[in-house]
Amino acid sequence: MNLKKTFLPLFNPLSKDNPVIVQVLGICSALAVTAKMEPALVMTISVTAVLALANVVISLLRNTIPSSIRIIVQLVVVAALVVVVDQVLKAWNYEISKALSVFIGLIITNCIIMGRLEAFALNNRPWPSFLDGIGNGLGYGIILIIVSFFRELFGSGTLFGCQIFPESWYEAGYMNNGMMILPPMALIVVACIIWAHRSINKDLQE
Amino acid sequence: MNKQSNTYTIIYAVVLVLIVGVVLSVVYQALRPQQEENIANDTKRQILAAALITPKDGESVAELYSSHIEASYIVNSKGEKVDGATDPFDVNMALEVKKPADERELPVFECKTESGLKYIVPVYGAGLWGPIWGYIAMDSNGDTIYGAYFAHQGETPGLGAEIEKPAFQDQFEGKNIFAPDGAFQSVKVVKNGQEPSEGAYVHAISGGTITSQGVQKMLENSLSPYTAYFKRLESQTTEK
Repeated sequence: MNLKKTFLPLFNPLSKDNPVIVQVLGICSALAVTAKMEPALVMTISVTAVLALANVVISLLRNTIPSSIRIIVQLVVVAALVVVVDQVLKAWNYEISKALSVFIGLIITNCIIMGRLEAFALNNRPWPSFLDGIGNGLGYGIILIIVSFFRELFGSGTLFGCQIFPESWYEAGYMNNGMMILPPMALIVVACIIWAHRSINKDLQE
Repeated sequence: MNKQSNTYTIIYAVVLVLIVGVVLSVVYQALRPQQEENIANDTKRQILAAALITPKDGESVAELYSSHIEASYIVNSKGEKVDGATDPFDVNMALEVKKPADERELPVFECKTESGLKYIVPVYGAGLWGPIWGYIAMDSNGDTIYGAYFAHQGETPGLGAEIEKPAFQDQFEGKNIFAPDGAFQSVKVVKNGQEPSEGAYVHAISGGTITSQGVQKMLENSLSPYTAYFKRLESQTTEK
């Protein structure tokens, strides 16, 4: 009976309470890392890992944290986790870490993370907090993947670096859309997703 | 214990930071060897790229490097090899290019390719937003550029960042860095329609004027100290 309620923190952020298209958090990194699918995927995994772990740590500490320095405590925990992710990427996937460069460091300032810590982890037990972290990380990731799918496909004619559009199309006069590579197009794609999403979920319309 | 008291807050902050500090240093120490290897491999990839050698899928850069790079050493501005100097691979170019030419340590990498021995030298300079660097492979006559590789830290994508694209780099192939009378002339990076009547030039990147000028200055500044060394290569090849 409570199964649905237990997993609400996991599934809600995927659509009805999506951090990017409903709460409109984390837009800046959604613009920056979505020109190609591979960095978008790595960013998704990194943010999900950081968010889930930070949620658990803060949830475990929630009864000990002095309220006067709680934001600082959250920041220290998030920053430490982000540095760990950055170091692991540099060691195991140097090419991607070069492509993502400063954006890994900027996970610290991703509004989704501080938002979830404040709104959820401080008031909930570790297990629901963990699910909330995974849910929000994936909710963020879904949007990143969708946006990068369109940007890479129409901007470079590839997906995960593999050529999709055959050479003959280019010879017939098809051209990659250079605009897709630039950040403004990400904003437009995100807006289109929000449009589609709200047309389906009429209760979200204001 | 009163969780709102100052003592509790301060102790809490200190303990938290200490724990985080220990965790981070353990992670850093554990991952450092792998990271250093990655950085070294990336540098090797860049050096080989100047000699137009790119690793195929699954090919190890380190192996490719050791099979192609036959020797590496430091020369001084008189073109003489310096013994007991820094490992050429570890020379910090950012510091070297600020020194006067005759005090610099000038690294040279000898690379075996299908079309003979090439001499690869590093170049380093400033773009619009941050450092730009690269490697130039010279033919054994010490005059003709065999291949060029450029990279940057944060030039504008689509504009200055285009220096890392083959379309820009391939222009350098076959350019002579010495004028017919033997004077060092480097390679100019010029706009369309402003080509000099004599001397080697390549076309700049439209919209990337500052970065293009940066490349030109970088080549002048980084290649000119090698003049004596390149002349020595030239006389060696004519003797043979």
